[in-house]
Amino acid sequence: MTAREAILSALRRNAPTTVPPPDHPEGMRFPDPVAQFLESVKAVGGASARVADAAALQAALSALPVWAEAKKTVSLVPGAGHSTLDPDAVADPHQLEGVDVAVIAGALGVAENGAVWVPGENLGRHRAIFVITEHLVLTVRAADVVSNMQEAYERIRIERPGYGVFISGPSKTADIEQALVIGAHGARSCSVFVVG
Amino acid sequence: MNTFHADKAAAFARDVPHAHWHDTALWFMRVKRDRGAGSVPEWEKLRNAASGIKAHTLSRLADYLEEFERNAKANGIQVHWARDGAEHNRIVGGILEAHGVKLVAKSKSMLTEECGLNPYLEARGLEIVDTDLGERIVQLAHEPPSHIVMPAIHKKKEQIGELFHQTIGTAEGLSDPKVLTEAARQHLRRKFLGAQAGLSGVNFAIADTGGIVVVTNEGNADMGTSLPPLHIASMGVEKVIPRARDLGVFLRLLARSATGQPISTYTTHFHAPLRSGELHVVIVDNGRSEILGRETFRRSLSCIRCGACLNTCPVYRRSGGYSYSYLIPGPIGAVLGAQRDPVAHASLPFASSLCGSCSDVCPVKIDLHHEILALREEIRSRKILPGGKRLSMRIAGVVLRHPALYRAFGWLARSLLRAGVARVGPGATWARQRELPAAPKETFRELWKKEREEKVA
Amino acid sequence: MPTVGLFIPCYVDQFYPRVGMATLRVLRRLGLEVDFPEEQTCCGQPMYNSGCAGDARPLAERFVRIFGRYDHVVAPSGSCVSMVRNHFRELLGDRPELGALAARTYELCEYLVDVVGVKSLEGSFPRKVGLHRSCHGLRELRLARSSERMDPPLDKARQLLGQLRGIELLDLERPDECCGFGGTFAVNEEAVSCLMGKDRIADHEKAGAEIIAGYDMSCLMHLDGLLRRERKPIRVMHVAEILEEARLNP
Repeated sequence: MTAREAILSALRRNAPTTVPPPDHPEGMRFPDPVAQFLESVKAVGGASARVADAAALQAALSALPVWAEAKKTVSLVPGAGHSTLDPDAVADPHQLEGVDVAVIAGALGVAENGAVWVPGENLGRHRAIFVITEHLVLTVRAADVVSNMQEAYERIRIERPGYGVFISGPSKTADIEQALVIGAHGARSCSVFVVG
Repeated sequence: MNTFHADKAAAFARDVPHAHWHDTALWFMRVKRDRGAGSVPEWEKLRNAASGIKAHTLSRLADYLEEFERNAKANGIQVHWARDGAEHNRIVGGILEAHGVKLVAKSKSMLTEECGLNPYLEARGLEIVDTDLGERIVQLAHEPPSHIVMPAIHKKKEQIGELFHQTIGTAEGLSDPKVLTEAARQHLRRKFLGAQAGLSGVNFAIADTGGIVVVTNEGNADMGTSLPPLHIASMGVEKVIPRARDLGVFLRLLARSATGQPISTYTTHFHAPLRSGELHVVIVDNGRSEILGRETFRRSLSCIRCGACLNTCPVYRRSGGYSYSYLIPGPIGAVLGAQRDPVAHASLPFASSLCGSCSDVCPVKIDLHHEILALREEIRSRKILPGGKRLSMRIAGVVLRHPALYRAFGWLARSLLRAGVARVGPGATWARQRELPAAPKETFRELWKKEREEKVA
Repeated sequence: MPTVGLFIPCYVDQFYPRVGMATLRVLRRLGLEVDFPEEQTCCGQPMYNSGCAGDARPLAERFVRIFGRYDHVVAPSGSCVSMVRNHFRELLGDRPELGALAARTYELCEYLVDVVGVKSLEGSFPRKVGLHRSCHGLRELRLARSSERMDPPLDKARQLLGQLRGIELLDLERPDECCGFGGTFAVNEEAVSCLMGKDRIADHEKAGAEIIAGYDMSCLMHLDGLLRRERKPIRVMHVAEILEEARLNP
């Protein structure tokens, strides 16, 4: 018997009587999800602002100190910043080491926790970009902000294109005496712009 | 008599300031958890739903694993099955060797701890770097994790500064968590860039989409699995959930229960290997199918490893992770450990005041303290309860069945107490730091009788 | 008029008869017919919690036989009532008369609040009181909402004590942490048990408590033992004793 067969048959043999799945409870809704989302991003250690349109986004990005000081940048959002390095032109994601700022489009924002859903197709050729960059800038359309995670999963398709990530604020750790330190392995800062 | 926990706990609690430091640090997590849970009006309904989804899944675990496997394969993921830890290690080692891997970046996985993967791979000449900061700290110190979410919670920052100085060459005398974290970032960044494979655990495997979800705050799983082309993820059979939408329920509970955060920083969904890479998922049983067959204990398989039961446990907080003989400490560790090996871990079910805080805090409503209680019965039935305890309970049982004997023993106990000679055996242990109760001359039943006689008169 | 079978746990009978008497008087004052069946001893909890169900079973059977005849069974102990209500079924199986007895066996505070419907108690108790919410009453009987749960607030003991004139009920930093008694745990794990107890006392001290009140004498016995050893000026009192003392101070 293969391990697969042995495990599956043991699980079948020992399974209790089938229990039906429960209904999911209604998730809380915020009267103004965008306002709550902006708040939540700050609460998880990020920065957030709402901008009216693409031009305002460009202006707000230019005003960000991390952008202004950046030498190596990658922008995967047309019309927001520019790339000094074309990530799709490098063959090996290791070459992305040293990127100062990456600008990436989120597909959805979640008000209850400040998380931004970034599907793989928004990450370009190398998905490592969002975590290897020193600083991260995310954009979300105001119309794409939902109240809670349950709503979020009704809206997104996690299986295509094979990769996707919720990002809530900058990389952080509290592993040393529970002191919160921002910038563990991933981005040291996370700025989120809600557009519209 | 197995007094492992009591002995280790006594040693830990002897250093009262240190025990208080540990207690306060973990209680702080509990307070943050309360705030996080309190921010969700439907919290208790979410717990019910999560518990129900797990109960449903456990009742059809084989079906969901097959569905997961089918969909995962269609996504280009390679699925492996391991009956036990040794088989798991052989599979992982085989894949790594086939790719000529020398350096592995590993993110947190209690399952690989359970299987003893690191020593297995190290013995074969590979370098395994634990990349979660807390895990790296205990790895450098050659210690096991003392908490499932905060592995180095037992260490003071000065100790970590000294450890880093000796192992990764930082300056002497560092203790600022910011500075130490930055040093670890630089040290581990080099490891990430050099690794030829990334290993991770699995928080959730989704049957209907054939993918896995890995959650971290640091981004170490993402660094470890996005640079090298090879990713191997290890999961226990119980990690599968039916549908993608179930993630909405679990993720709303997980981080809030663990640290009070509304969600962890990175919740990464893997449904395909990297371009020109490979993604392997190893599904491990290692005793889980047996637990599934035990009605009283199967709910412990619902655990999502948030650590909330450790943080809330008044005993864990004052005895530390190393007072538990099993690699997972605290209430859930007592339950899992004592099931795995009731002889080796016989002291764990007794390392509880049965206060029940663990059961109330658990996001998937595992009835932890009742499972602990049931394990005591199991330990007795296997005749590994200490003889003295077994005998005293038997005597008490007989005495309490006979009111006359009960009255006589009660009188004796009170007389001994009054004469000040009750400080023997358990009485002596009680009286080490506490006064024994003052013994009244008359019992309640004597007072009751007297009152009735007076009334009649 | 229902007849109440008074269930006085063995250690209360032996060591805290005054708590039994206070319970008796509180119930009588409400006009209840109270009987104390003298053949009662113990519910079997110490054995059951030590994993010795076989030794607990005959005691549970005795209990059912002795108390089966009463309309209500009331005890000044959350822990022992929880044994009857939640664990007898595991010992004796699913028997209809058992379920009925479990459903009419009450801890004193819940009996007064839920069954008798006490809304305004006479008496004054002008003291600073910290309430110790013993775990079994809290999480097995739900006498109060435990701090882990996000349900609507509820606290039956506080509801009763709060009716007394002049009483100052204190807020604690950790409203319902275990005191570390835990039955045989108090001896098996003496070091942690005592540290837990001392920490509880420190919390009450910090809040300014003169009295630590509770609905389980077992926990209070442990706290009292620690208090007396350290010669602290705090006293422990069962809720029944407070209600009784308050009545004497109109």
